[in-house]
Amino acid sequence: MAIAFEVNGKAVTVQAAEDTPLLWVLRDEVGLTGTKFGCGIAQCGACTVHLDGQPVRSCSLPVSAAAGLKVTTIEGLGGSHPAQQAWAKLDVPQCGYCQSGQIMSAAALLAEKKAPTDEEIDAAMSGNICRCGTYQRIRAAIKEAAGIGAALPTAAAPTS
Amino acid sequence: MTRHIRNLAAAAADTVEAGATRREVIVTGVAASGALLVGCSLADAMSAGSPVKVGEFGPFLKITADGAVTVVSKHIEFGQGNHAGLAAIVAEELDADWSRVRVEQAPANTKLYANTGMGVQGTGGSTAIANSWEQLRKAGAAARAMFVQAAANLWQVNASEITVKDSLASHAASGKSAAFGDLLADAQKVTPPEAPVLKDPKAFTLIGTDRVRRKDSVIKSNGTARFTQDVREEGLLTAMVAHAPRFGGKVTSFDDAAARKVPGVIDVFKIPSGVAVVAQNTWAAKKGREALKVEWNEDKVEKRGSAAILAEFKKIAAGQGPEDVKWTAFGGKGDVNSVTDGELFEVAYDFPYLSHATMEPMNCVARVKGNNATLTFGSQMPTVDQLNTAKIVGNLPGAVQIETLFAGGSFGRRATFQSDYVTECVHIAKKIGKGTPVKLVWDREDDQRAGYFRPLVHHDVKIRLDKDGFPATWRHRIVTQSIMKGSPMGVPELDETAVEGTHGSPYLKATPHVDAAVALPDVGVPVLWWRSVGATHTAFVMEHTIDQLARKAGKDPIEYRRALYTKADAKRHLAVLNLAVEKAGQTVTEGFTRGVAVHESFGSVVAQIAEVKIVPGSEPKVGRVVTAIDCGIAISPDQIAAQMEGGTCYGLSATLYGEVTLKDGAVEQTNFDSYRVLRMGEAPTVETYILPSNNAPTGAGEPGTPVIGPAVANALLAMGRPATLNQPMVKPGQI
Repeated sequence: MAIAFEVNGKAVTVQAAEDTPLLWVLRDEVGLTGTKFGCGIAQCGACTVHLDGQPVRSCSLPVSAAAGLKVTTIEGLGGSHPAQQAWAKLDVPQCGYCQSGQIMSAAALLAEKKAPTDEEIDAAMSGNICRCGTYQRIRAAIKEAAGIGAALPTAAAPTS
Repeated sequence: MTRHIRNLAAAAADTVEAGATRREVIVTGVAASGALLVGCSLADAMSAGSPVKVGEFGPFLKITADGAVTVVSKHIEFGQGNHAGLAAIVAEELDADWSRVRVEQAPANTKLYANTGMGVQGTGGSTAIANSWEQLRKAGAAARAMFVQAAANLWQVNASEITVKDSLASHAASGKSAAFGDLLADAQKVTPPEAPVLKDPKAFTLIGTDRVRRKDSVIKSNGTARFTQDVREEGLLTAMVAHAPRFGGKVTSFDDAAARKVPGVIDVFKIPSGVAVVAQNTWAAKKGREALKVEWNEDKVEKRGSAAILAEFKKIAAGQGPEDVKWTAFGGKGDVNSVTDGELFEVAYDFPYLSHATMEPMNCVARVKGNNATLTFGSQMPTVDQLNTAKIVGNLPGAVQIETLFAGGSFGRRATFQSDYVTECVHIAKKIGKGTPVKLVWDREDDQRAGYFRPLVHHDVKIRLDKDGFPATWRHRIVTQSIMKGSPMGVPELDETAVEGTHGSPYLKATPHVDAAVALPDVGVPVLWWRSVGATHTAFVMEHTIDQLARKAGKDPIEYRRALYTKADAKRHLAVLNLAVEKAGQTVTEGFTRGVAVHESFGSVVAQIAEVKIVPGSEPKVGRVVTAIDCGIAISPDQIAAQMEGGTCYGLSATLYGEVTLKDGAVEQTNFDSYRVLRMGEAPTVETYILPSNNAPTGAGEPGTPVIGPAVANALLAMGRPATLNQPMVKPGQI
């Protein structure tokens, strides 16, 4: 069936079975591959996008649920979002696969909370798994993006 | 794993020869290339049909007229940060403008891009930087010499008077200078020096500085970094495979009537590993697979549960196993039975199967046309993947083209001797034929059920103590599965992957009498190296045991270790321990208790002091973790720190939560709802301190993983809690 919604400010109409997860429509039909597949059951957060501004797991959301709504993907953040800048500045990514989802969750948090606390970061990011273990830098980057970048806990420089 | 792979080159050559006895290979493969398979060298077989244009600056370096410098990485980047480090090595010796250095992934070509420690093209064993160190320094230095000579010729001055900085050659006396781009045409004509002069490490201006940062952080923050999952091209089909529910199952028959009715499904057919459903998109492939009915032949499957396998391991360790169990001794000395006085300390540990659980499930893109195969995916062992693919399509291994992409993690998973998911994709692409691109997609459940786990392990330790509470005798038995058994060269005399870390431990070196042995019974579960391999269990056993001995002797665990390291002349262990103690300071974070652990793996030694507390629900919560590492010369301090942070999380995730169990042979944890992994609120804060060193670089990707587990267990001991004898610490359902 034909389903119409908005992706990153552009109107799209796709032909898809209505139970198709939004994730696969975005990746296979719309051609936006920044949003990743990780688990398929809303456990890892790699597929996080914004639906009318709210973070959702697109692997478990039927495309029919997005009809008429606004979807924002990692590509839609534009590249210069404060979170993206902070991610690059602090070299947060390792393998990088989960980071689109991490950034989308972080962007939603930052839109809600101008200066998130550690507890608020834990709560907002608990649905996003990173197997490389970049959590420490994700936390630092969220604070950096919020302009509350406290001293980095990482002591990277070699002692001499 | 370097030393485990080293003989693979020879084994690969055997594979080529074996292939030659098959008529179809000779006819279809050799006719095209004109090469003789029998007796041909591995290098010839591997390079056949794989054209790589090597420029004037060699296979690792390209420089263009605009002055841009491209370093070609023979190693895959799946998080380790090696692309930054490899590029920095070249840039340092070349004196290139770091801001204009980029990295390109090398294609599969064993002749040009073999890992110098393995003899085949592959990434693993934390060797990317270590095995490239001399090679890339020479590549950069040779190119620098060519630019200097070109400038000297141009300006009619002595080459020794020319300096280079940020891709700019200068001659101070005449005031002349020229950029690499301007000198390029002349430099390309200069004969490269055979033995380029390398810098004194004291003269490094880039290596070891905080300027050596990742080159891929922007593309990994805006969704444009390209992974296998992201491959899109004209006519691409997506395949999913119905796999056997238990290891070793084979398809008996299948009913695809309903699957073929799913809109978008194009074809359904049997392949060696199951039934493939090929479709126009991922969702159709998945729906098609769900509609399949498959009957499985389970005559040869592993039907035991993990509890039964572990019980068998324990019986073997106790000497009550089958009569044909073979014990292989390692590192023994003296006679443990010669000492009969002194207290006997006995302890045993169990470790579960672990899944790598990479964020990107295994996947591959393949195109097969006749005997030609072209693959695009995150290939960790291109040579091995070429060999296994070549056997399917009937061609020379070197003719198999592989474009390696970023991979969403591996931790060892993408380096199997069988190229399991790769060959699955190639079989499907071969059946589809015509060069049609086929993307094999595994979902999380496929990935978890496929095995290739860190094996189940049982350790049994008996130590007799001397009058000062130090080990006088040490008897050690390890029972696990052999990882190397799956290799083309069979099981080596001693499978180091099962014992490394116990074998070579400074504590055994400091013990007068040692009797250590390993038994590797057959189990029908595929097992594999898992970030830090043998150290995943040996580090825990050695470090947790030592803490228990220290407490038994009434000694401080740090002082107890210092005494043993001194006795064993383990200077690097002592140095990192002292550095960690110094940096941790005296003040313990309120509410937390400290635990320490030290372990050497992949040529590097890591000490950690972890601060731990128990949170409601009885779960350990790890806060500050002070890490000290000796990894030789540090190329990128920031990325070494990143590996310590990530490695610690990976190890902590396993110690706290990681466990794959089998029920009647079937995997019980098939997704992240049951295979619990570390999340944001559970992650520690890792500080990294790097020991200054003039030694060549050693590993960083893995050595940070095995130390945190025993450090946490030792903190629990310090709280007065019992020893941690099996893992994970947090059992499912407990919270």
